[in-house]
Amino acid sequence: MKILDKLVLSESAGVKVVRMEIYHPDIARNAGPGQFIAFMVSEKGERVPLTIVDKDLNKGTITLIFQEAGLTTRLLAKLNVGDSLYSLAGPLGHPTEIKKYGKAIMVGGGVGIAEIYPVARALKEAGNYVVSVLGARTRELLILETEMKKISDEFYVMTDDGSYGKKGFTTDALAELLKKDKYGLVYCVGPLPMMKRVSDLTKDFKVKTIVSLNALMVDATGMCGCCRVTVGNSIKFSCVDGPDFDAHLIDWDELSKRSKVYQEQEKHICKLSNI
Amino acid sequence: MKKEPVKVKEVPAQARIKDFSEVILGYSESEALQEAGRCLQCKNPTCISGCPVGIDIKRFIYHITQKDYKNAYLTIREKNNFPSICGRVCPAEYQCRKACVLTKKGSPYASEQAIWINFLERFAGDYGMNNNIPLPAEKQESFSKASVAVVGSGPAGLCCAGELGRLGAKVTIFESLHKTGGVLRYGIPPFRLPRSILDNEIESLQKSGVEIKANVIVGKTKLLKELQDEYSSVFLGLGAGVPGFLKIPGENLCNIYSANEFLTRVNLMSAYKFPEFHTPVSIGRHMIVIGGGNTAMDAARCALRLQVGRGFKPDTSILYRRTEAEMPARRLEIEHAKEEGINFQLLIQPVAFIGDENGFVKKLKCLKCQLAEPDASGRRRPVAIEGSEFEIDCDVAIIAVGLEANQVLTRATPEIKTDKYKDVIVDQQTMETSVKGVFAGGDIVGGEGTVIEAMGMAKKASVSIADYLKNK
Repeated sequence: MKILDKLVLSESAGVKVVRMEIYHPDIARNAGPGQFIAFMVSEKGERVPLTIVDKDLNKGTITLIFQEAGLTTRLLAKLNVGDSLYSLAGPLGHPTEIKKYGKAIMVGGGVGIAEIYPVARALKEAGNYVVSVLGARTRELLILETEMKKISDEFYVMTDDGSYGKKGFTTDALAELLKKDKYGLVYCVGPLPMMKRVSDLTKDFKVKTIVSLNALMVDATGMCGCCRVTVGNSIKFSCVDGPDFDAHLIDWDELSKRSKVYQEQEKHICKLSNI
Repeated sequence: MKKEPVKVKEVPAQARIKDFSEVILGYSESEALQEAGRCLQCKNPTCISGCPVGIDIKRFIYHITQKDYKNAYLTIREKNNFPSICGRVCPAEYQCRKACVLTKKGSPYASEQAIWINFLERFAGDYGMNNNIPLPAEKQESFSKASVAVVGSGPAGLCCAGELGRLGAKVTIFESLHKTGGVLRYGIPPFRLPRSILDNEIESLQKSGVEIKANVIVGKTKLLKELQDEYSSVFLGLGAGVPGFLKIPGENLCNIYSANEFLTRVNLMSAYKFPEFHTPVSIGRHMIVIGGGNTAMDAARCALRLQVGRGFKPDTSILYRRTEAEMPARRLEIEHAKEEGINFQLLIQPVAFIGDENGFVKKLKCLKCQLAEPDASGRRRPVAIEGSEFEIDCDVAIIAVGLEANQVLTRATPEIKTDKYKDVIVDQQTMETSVKGVFAGGDIVGGEGTVIEAMGMAKKASVSIADYLKNK
């Protein structure tokens, strides 16, 4: 649970995206692409899930990439090399189903790029033709460009302000691609509104679309149901049934509302902690 | 002359709802002596048959009457590793006290007159704990090379680890959460089982040589196969931790919790101390708990305390489809909940949650019920009355309608055979699973039960594991 390496990948308006390499040989040994961990910074902290971005079996480490969002990720970003997490458990959830889809489009928005990376790499290794569409608000916030380029057969960047790549949203690039060719899979991780827009678009084109959900969780092992989500009219737990789900079956409206339950408390505690 | 039962001292309801500290204060020495003195010391005691682990109740109470508290403690410890815990959480009114000869024949639970065995157990247990009374060494040379992995640190896991540790086996407990105790910590609130008691019991287990590894999810972090390679035998005390839901419209609205989530936030994550602790929990003005078991009582009593802490007018209700007589909860806890001001709304069946435009629950639509003939559970079956629909205000709902088996390990390990409830199938004589050398006990075997029932199964498994280790 010791932090062996730390790097700030981007910073904009005081919000950092941080990469950490953490020693945990057991998790590294058993982790597959798309799985996540739950961590606590301190005994008084919250349990928060994060996707496992990479692992190094020789060093016995896993890599996490996160954006400072609430109190817990901000506290995590304050830890340094040599510090240890209070708690780290995983790998959780099912690994993403890696098989031959033919041509696959990977859509990543913001810090979601970190979450599509391990899946994109595994799909590439499984012999798929990988097309990556990365989106960021602005150039400084684009992460893992080199890494993603290396494993992509085609590669597109979209920025909201046009400071890099093309100006526009990931869905703009995605629509262009879907119009021109047939794809076996779209895999997408990003902010909820983006995933919903991607889902709406690919539904029109009838392309199988998988999203990895980042629902609120407590224990993250199936015991609380905090992360429940309606998929195809049945209740699923993101932690043990997911985190990957068929985007076209998700009740996006409910998910979006459920993600905001503790917004007020989060603001309150960040303000109190002067963070 | 018949002596009156010694009533245990409790913090008055209006004072205790202000915090999460312990409600029952326990017997003083003189009270314990007086209550123990009421025991008839029956020639053929019936109480022992009511104890799932068969504590020699007559003998430990006798030792108390002789002021020999050390031997009272040691007598309990022969059968029960955690008297301070069981003395607090055992549903004695359905077990030993119900079997006490002073309980009226045919009564569904213990009579008032029955000896307060649980409070005497607690007295002796706390005496032993506070005075660090050592157990007679039982270490057996033949076990010194044996190692056992115990999966889960709830009642079953702790008990099995304690038993095998005493025999001299090297025992390691694997717990998936960051803290040990399982349901004793995430489920049972501190006002029923103070954390200091739980911590003390677990620490003394560690001092006796049992190793505990937290944050290890067997089936994920380590596979069962890995444990089988490293240890001579494995015990699975996985528990029943998967929450059931009502499956009615609107159940995924914001601020509708499973009791497990609500209690985990409050108890394990200390959300009642937010923002000092960082995990939040929603506190409503009209909090509704659905269910009639101990979990429902615990959730309601937590909810009420949160309301008082926030400065809200206490307004927490328990909604139950049957009447109080059919409630599976402990009678003591039902009384405590009522004293504290929990509103019992009986013969009511929830049919739908109604939310506002932001997706937060606002109201609960219900039907009134009446009782028909008994169902498979032996309790009278509730039947909804047509046309009796009504709505009640509800801005936080907590669903406490039962728990199912934890499936993280069994999903990852199909060779461990499970039944239709996803409970692990064991040989009833040995508690061995479908995999040789792997045993199981507690709620993962019998479905949702009590702490002491789980310990009873774990004890039985520990005997089989000891045999298995000898023959290995």
